Amino acid sequence: MLRFTLERLVGMVITMLLVSVMVFLIMELPPGDYADRYAFRKYSGTGVNVTEADIEAIRRDLGLDKPMLLRYFDWIGGIVLRGDFGQAFAFETSVAKVIGDKVWLTAGILFSTLLLTYIVSIPIGIFAAVRRGSAVDYGLTVFSYLGLALPNFLLALVMLYFANRWFGADIGGLFSDQYRDASWSVGKVWDLIKHLWLPAVVLAWSAVAIQIQTVRATMSDELNKLSVTAARARGVPELRLLIKYPTRLAINPVVSTIGFDVNRIFSELPIVAVVLGLTELGELLLRAYLDLDMNVAGAILLMLTFTIVFMNFVSDLLLAWLDPRIKLGA
Amino acid sequence: MTDATHQTDTTAEEARLKYYSASQWTLIWWRFRRHRAAMMAASVLGLMFLAGIFAEFVAPYGPVTRDTNYIEGAPQVPRFCDAGGCSVFPFVNGTKTERDPVTLRAISVPDPEVRHYLHVFVKGEPVKLLGLIPTDRHLVGLNPDVDQKIHFWGTDDLGRDVFSRTIYATRTSLSIGVIGVMISFVLALIIGGIAGYFAGVIDNIIQRVTEVIRVVPIIPLYMGLAAAMPKEWSTTQVYFAMTLILGLFGWPTLARRIRSQLLSIRNEDYVIAARLAGARPGRIIAQHMLPSFTSFIIVDLVISFPYMILSETALSFVGLGLRPPSVSWGVLLQQAQSVRAIEQTPWLFIPAIFVVVAVLAFTVIGDGLRDAADPYSEAH
Repeated sequence: MLRFTLERLVGMVITMLLVSVMVFLIMELPPGDYADRYAFRKYSGTGVNVTEADIEAIRRDLGLDKPMLLRYFDWIGGIVLRGDFGQAFAFETSVAKVIGDKVWLTAGILFSTLLLTYIVSIPIGIFAAVRRGSAVDYGLTVFSYLGLALPNFLLALVMLYFANRWFGADIGGLFSDQYRDASWSVGKVWDLIKHLWLPAVVLAWSAVAIQIQTVRATMSDELNKLSVTAARARGVPELRLLIKYPTRLAINPVVSTIGFDVNRIFSELPIVAVVLGLTELGELLLRAYLDLDMNVAGAILLMLTFTIVFMNFVSDLLLAWLDPRIKLGA
Repeated sequence: MTDATHQTDTTAEEARLKYYSASQWTLIWWRFRRHRAAMMAASVLGLMFLAGIFAEFVAPYGPVTRDTNYIEGAPQVPRFCDAGGCSVFPFVNGTKTERDPVTLRAISVPDPEVRHYLHVFVKGEPVKLLGLIPTDRHLVGLNPDVDQKIHFWGTDDLGRDVFSRTIYATRTSLSIGVIGVMISFVLALIIGGIAGYFAGVIDNIIQRVTEVIRVVPIIPLYMGLAAAMPKEWSTTQVYFAMTLILGLFGWPTLARRIRSQLLSIRNEDYVIAARLAGARPGRIIAQHMLPSFTSFIIVDLVISFPYMILSETALSFVGLGLRPPSVSWGVLLQQAQSVRAIEQTPWLFIPAIFVVVAVLAFTVIGDGLRDAADPYSEAH
C-alpha cells in the first residue's frame, strides 16, 4: 500500500506541475499585460497623460519585463513558498485577500453537493437494479436523459422561480441580508446551511443522473453473479445479501469517479453562481475573466484544478482500499 | 397449400440471403431504423438543421428587425376561431394599443374585431438565401399590405421577433457544434493515432498532456480562452474563435478512445503484414486500422455534440462567448437571466427548449447508433 500511495503521490505532483504551466499560459493569453491594464485602470479618465515609459516603469517594478520562463518561476515560487498569488488590481489588494474566506464557502458548496449526490444516487441506483424493468426503473432512465439535456443554469432559473413562489423570500445567494457582512457566528453558519440546499440541488442534478445509471449498470451485473445465488441458497436475508455482495462492488465505479464529479461541479459552478447570486470562487472567477484580472483568475483556476487532482488521488487510494485487486494491477 | 409453403420458403430464403450479403453499413442502418426513439430524434434534428440552413426563408423577419408597435409583446398563436366565428384558414387578431390598468404603460392587446390571415410564401424583407441567392419570399407571414407583423413567439424588449431570432440562433449554435466537433475529431485522430500507433514513450507523454487537459474544469478553461479574445474583434472573428476554442479542447475523450482501440490491434497479423510490406504509418492507420472501429468513432462524435452546444450556450449566456448582435441560443437566453424575466416575458425562454431538444436528440441518436453499430446486439 505504501508503494502504491507513493507512486500516486508522485503522479499527482507531476500533474499539478503541468497544470500550473497551463494555467500560467492562460493568464498570459489576453493581449497586453498587467502593467498595461494597471495603468489604464488607474489613470483612465483622470486626465493624466500616461506614456509608454511610465508603463515600462511599472513593468520593471513588477518584474514583468523578464522572460516568460522566469516570470513563471516567480509566480509559482510565490505561491508555493509564500502563499502569494500576486496583486489583484480590480480591488487594489492582494489576490489572497480577494479570495479570502470564499475558499471555505466554495468548499461548503462542493461537499454538500457531493454528499447529496451520493446519498441520493447510490440507494436509488441499487433500487433500480433490483427492480429492473419496473415503472420506477423506466422513469429513472428518462430522468437520466434529462440530467444531461437540461443545462444547469436553466434548472437554476426554474428552481429560483419556484422557490420564490413557494417560499416568497429571497432564496438566492448564500446568506440572508442580516448575515451577509456579519462576522462568523453560529447564526451565520445556520443561515448558510439554509441557503446551501438550492445550489447543491442544482449542481448535483446531472451528477445524480449519471451516477444512478452507473450504479444501476454495475449492480445489475453483480446481481447475476454466482456468489449472490449461492448466498441466497444459503438463506442469507435479502437486504444483508444485497449490502454484503453486490453493493460492495457496485460502489467502486462511483468511488473511482469522485474526481470527475468534482470536475463537473467546478465546471458548472461559475454559471450557476451567476444565476443564483452565489458569492464564491466560481462567480469571482467569471468576474475576474470579464475584467481581465488574470492574477485572480489564474489563482482560482489553479485552486479548482488542484482540488480536482487531489480528489483524483483520494479516489485512487479509496479504491485501492475498497478493492485490493486494483493495487496488484498497478 | 404446398405452393404457399414453397412461396414463404423462398421469401424467407431471400430475406436471409439479403441479410447475410448486406454490408456492415446496411446492417447498421437496418438496426438503427428499428430504434423508434432514435428515428424520431433524427427527424427532429433534421428539421432543426433544415430550419437553420434556410433560416432566411423560414424566419419571417431578420434577427435584428424591430417592430416598435409590439415591444415585449406576447406570442401570437394562429387560430381558427374567435368571438366572431370560425374560419378554414388560420389567422391572428389585430392588435391595438391600450394603457395597462396598473402600471399605465402603453401595451399591445389583441383586437378581436380585426383578423389577419396567414399566407405562405409571402413577400417580405429582401434577404440572401444561404448568403447567396437573393429573394424576398418567406415561408409564412401576413399579407405585406397589412400594417402589422406576426410574432409567433412574441417579441423582446426591443421589439425583435423571438421566432425569427431563434431560427437564426439555431443556425449559429448548430454550426458551431458541427465545426467544433470536426476540429476536435481531426485533432483526436492525429493525437490519438500517434499515441496508439507508436505506443511507448510517445504514448506516455501524450497521455500526460491529455490528462492535464482533462483535469482542468472545462467551462472555466473555455472561459479563460474566450476572455482573451480582443474586445474589438468583429462578430465573425469571435464566431470563428469560439469554434476554434471549443474544437481545440474537445479532443481528449475521443483521442483516448482511438488510442486504446489502436493499441489493442496494433499487433494483429494484418497490421504487421502491412508494416512489413513497407506501408507508411499514416496509411496503415487510415487504411488498415481505423476501418475496424469507424462505427464507434461515429457514435462518439454524435455523443460529443451536446457538450459543444451546451458549452457554447453557457459561455454566451454569461457574456464570454458570442456577443450581440450575433444570435445564438446562449445569446438569446442572456435576456432571460432573471426571475423577473420568467414572470413578465416567459416567451424569452423558448430558445431554451431548443437547447434541451437538440441535446436530447443527439443523445438519443447516439444511443441508437451505439446499439445499431454493435454486431452482437441481435442474434441471427
